[in-house]
Amino acid sequence: MKKILIVDDEPNITIAIRFLLEQEGYQTEVVHDGLQAIEKAKVFRPDLIVLDVMMPHMSGFEVAEQLRTDPAYRDTHILFLTAKGADQDKSTGYGLGGDTYLVKPFDNDHLKATIHEILES
Amino acid sequence: MHPGLVIGTAVVYLIILFGIGYFGSKLARNGKKIIQNGYTYALSLAVYCTAWTFFGSIGRASTNGVDFLTIYIGPTLMAPLWFVVLRKIILISKSQKITSLADFVSARYGKSTLLGAVATTFLLIGIVPYIALQLKAVTSSFSLALSSSSIPDAVLNEAHFYQDSAFYITIVLAIFTIVFGASHLESSRQNQGLVTAIAFESLIKLFAFLVAGLFVVYGIYHGFGDLFSQAYEHERLQAFFDADMTSIQPMDWFFHLLLSMFAIFLLPRQFHMAVVENSDINHLKKSMWLFPLYLFIINIFVLPIALGGYLYFDGVMVDADTYILSLPLAEGNSVIALIVLVGGLSAATGMVIVSTVALSIMVNNHLLIPLLLRSRRLSGSPMNVSSSLIGFRRLISSAILLIAYSYFRSVGEAQSLISIGLTSFVAVAQFAPLLLGGIYWKGGTKSGAIAGLVVGFLIWAYCLPLATLAGNGIISGGFLQHGLFGIEWLKPDAILGLDGMDEISHATFWSLLANILTYTMVSLNSQPSPLEASQAEMFVDIDRYTQTNELPVLQSKARISDLELLLNRFMNAKRANRFIQRLAKQHNINLKTTTEASPALIDDVEKALASILGASSAKLLISSVAQQKKQTLQEVLSVLDETQKLMRYSKALEVKSAELEEAGKQLQQANSRLKAMDKVKDEFLTTITHELRTPITSIKSLAHILFENKDLEKAKQQEFLQIVVKESDRIAKLINQVLDMEKMASGMVEWDMQEIDLEQLGLDALQRLHSVIKKRGISLESDLSCNHPIVEGDYDRLLQVVINILSNAIKFCDPDEGKIIIKLDSDEQQVSLSIEDNGIGIAEESLPFIFDKFTQFTNYKKGHSYGSGLGLSISRQIMLHHKGDIIVKSRVGKGSQFFIHLPKKTRELQIQSS
Repeated sequence: MKKILIVDDEPNITIAIRFLLEQEGYQTEVVHDGLQAIEKAKVFRPDLIVLDVMMPHMSGFEVAEQLRTDPAYRDTHILFLTAKGADQDKSTGYGLGGDTYLVKPFDNDHLKATIHEILES
Repeated sequence: MHPGLVIGTAVVYLIILFGIGYFGSKLARNGKKIIQNGYTYALSLAVYCTAWTFFGSIGRASTNGVDFLTIYIGPTLMAPLWFVVLRKIILISKSQKITSLADFVSARYGKSTLLGAVATTFLLIGIVPYIALQLKAVTSSFSLALSSSSIPDAVLNEAHFYQDSAFYITIVLAIFTIVFGASHLESSRQNQGLVTAIAFESLIKLFAFLVAGLFVVYGIYHGFGDLFSQAYEHERLQAFFDADMTSIQPMDWFFHLLLSMFAIFLLPRQFHMAVVENSDINHLKKSMWLFPLYLFIINIFVLPIALGGYLYFDGVMVDADTYILSLPLAEGNSVIALIVLVGGLSAATGMVIVSTVALSIMVNNHLLIPLLLRSRRLSGSPMNVSSSLIGFRRLISSAILLIAYSYFRSVGEAQSLISIGLTSFVAVAQFAPLLLGGIYWKGGTKSGAIAGLVVGFLIWAYCLPLATLAGNGIISGGFLQHGLFGIEWLKPDAILGLDGMDEISHATFWSLLANILTYTMVSLNSQPSPLEASQAEMFVDIDRYTQTNELPVLQSKARISDLELLLNRFMNAKRANRFIQRLAKQHNINLKTTTEASPALIDDVEKALASILGASSAKLLISSVAQQKKQTLQEVLSVLDETQKLMRYSKALEVKSAELEEAGKQLQQANSRLKAMDKVKDEFLTTITHELRTPITSIKSLAHILFENKDLEKAKQQEFLQIVVKESDRIAKLINQVLDMEKMASGMVEWDMQEIDLEQLGLDALQRLHSVIKKRGISLESDLSCNHPIVEGDYDRLLQVVINILSNAIKFCDPDEGKIIIKLDSDEQQVSLSIEDNGIGIAEESLPFIFDKFTQFTNYKKGHSYGSGLGLSISRQIMLHHKGDIIVKSRVGKGSQFFIHLPKKTRELQIQSS
């Protein structure tokens, strides 16, 4: 069973994402800020992280940057899911090692398909 | 004192002076400008303070009280005007290569040889006695020190000239003048060695005077208090403190002030230091306050020394002019006496050197050279005369000093320091009308200038020097009693029966009056020559011509080779050739193909000659090789008119381009303001879209889930639907608040202003939030009882503010043991409501920003809040509209406290408004 870590500071959004992904048969964990995400990743060892960008304490970009310096997370996929939709933000996200970059509000089916594609390839 | 000591000190001082002068000129030659600054310039202007200041002021003060001050107050009053008058004179002199006062007036009035000669002669007559006076002062101070007796001059008159110290001092000064004053050819060029030496002398005399003053006040007496109280008890000096003692009349004060105001820039030595030796026009600014300050300091001790000397020598016959030296001598303090001696020497030598330099330039350029030119010695012969020119000037310097010396030996003895000085002042004042008229009035003509000067000078000569000579029995004095030709109303001290003024004021009044009237009347009734008209134009409107530097009005023709030949005679051939080459380059003339010089080139050659020989002689020389096109005054005036139009046009263009530049700058500023506003708007939009996207994300996703999963268990359905409703509310609220903000920003809000009881309003707010507070188990402490908490405002808006703050408190107070304290307070002016929570608090660095839009999302701990981040920003705007305020205090981990303040509506105001 593939493991997915959901990181977003909006609880209502994580409720929706978690429901969707568990329905698809993934094992999920939810945290609400960047620091927690780093801590959780160490123990949970996710295959993919759904990562928000604008969060208190530590932004999603910083989380990605830190994880990508650690070889242990070489195979961990990162999917940015954020309200920041500018082209510049997108390229920052890809530059920091994101596998893909989705802008809120997302389409449920599209999100599921994207994650499926990343994890099965 | 021992003669060896006195003479040795003087010799050492003079050697040091030579050294300083040498050092200064060497620095300047090496291109170093450390001594060319405003301080040196101001100090060099202090050549104004002569032996008259050093010795004479004290003598005058001991008999006439404070009237000695007039000649220092005049320059001080004049100082602010310098920037206008002196600046203009300097600008003109630099552009015209002026070498002296006589050169200046001669150049202004058509480079007139006659005017230059007349001016030089008059200045010579007016100033030589003044130089003699300095010699006298030095001599008597030395003989006093040598004899150590209080009666000087006793031996002096019987002594032969070779036993006379004045003779040797004259010789030394002549050497100094020759070495430093006439060292180079161009007399318009700055002479840094001379300036440095004079500035140094100014320091020395100031120092010496202050030392002497301190010695008298604190060495002989016990401070100012002691000295003045002793003087006050003295029988005769008592009158000193009465106003009557200053016997000088208001009229005399006026004329003495006027004289000194003119003297400060018209005395040849002052004109020389202030104008010819000025190396940078900006030095004027510093000297405007520095020079008056110098005058003030050097005058501080005049009165104390005068009083001290009077008390000390009570009853003994001691010349008051020598108090400053007699006092230390009588006390047996030879160190102070030597310092005073050197101070007096520096005061006198400074004046003598600069005056001699200035006069010798004038005599050379305006008497000797024109004479030689006329006799064809100079214009006809092809030989180089540059070395003999310097030789001439040296000879003239020595001659002037010798004349001064013999004047001193023959008549100078009889006159006091001050009377000769003031006589010279009146003489130079005769230059005021034609000089000031010359730089501010284009109508002044050469005939007017010469006539005015001659008339003024004759009256001066009749009323002052001749009357004085007659008074001393040197010439027949019949006209003193009976008037000239026996006509009673021509008496030299009461012309037309005018009396009641002292002789100086009397002479000033009549000579200046006649001078001005003659100058004006003759000018108005005479035609200026073309050259005069163009020079008048240049002088009066110098500010317009400083950039162009040439006025190609008078058309003349000459061969370049002739011009070079002419120059060859006044500078060495190599330099002359280099000079011509440079000029040709400047004026784009190819020397190989062109033989005719352009008018502009001729003009430049004339200026170069003028800087050596003065304007009038230069003009004479140029006219010997150049053919002047015959031009009528009308032609010249029309060319002038054209030039003026062009200049006006270019000025207008300049103004326009400055305006354009200014407009460009303003556009740029507006643009950057717009850009900044645009950036603010962009940030606002980004934040708003982010804030809208977040709730829409959960609504969209959850709604989709509910739609896809019809068989979802009831509890999950309920949970998801609740979130959808809540997030929808969040969007609605956000949109409302954004609209609210915009409405407020654009002033579209309608305020329903009424009288409000804040206690009532507080209770209302608590009422509305009662259930939430209770549900969260928050303990509430409220104290709303208050004396007259009446304000004027919009009830709903203020309620909105209080609810907003309370909601925040509820949201952020401690989740387990929440506590909120609400308190109402009032004083004379305002009513204050404070709401305090025990929550997480706000970081100190965030405090200044929490009333900005959307601050919450970056600074408040998130995850708990569903506010838009606009609430506090709107609250502040509401409070500001009510002329109130909202303030926050907070400590992280302890909680926050918000205050709202509103101006109290007083009862009196209520009555007034109702």
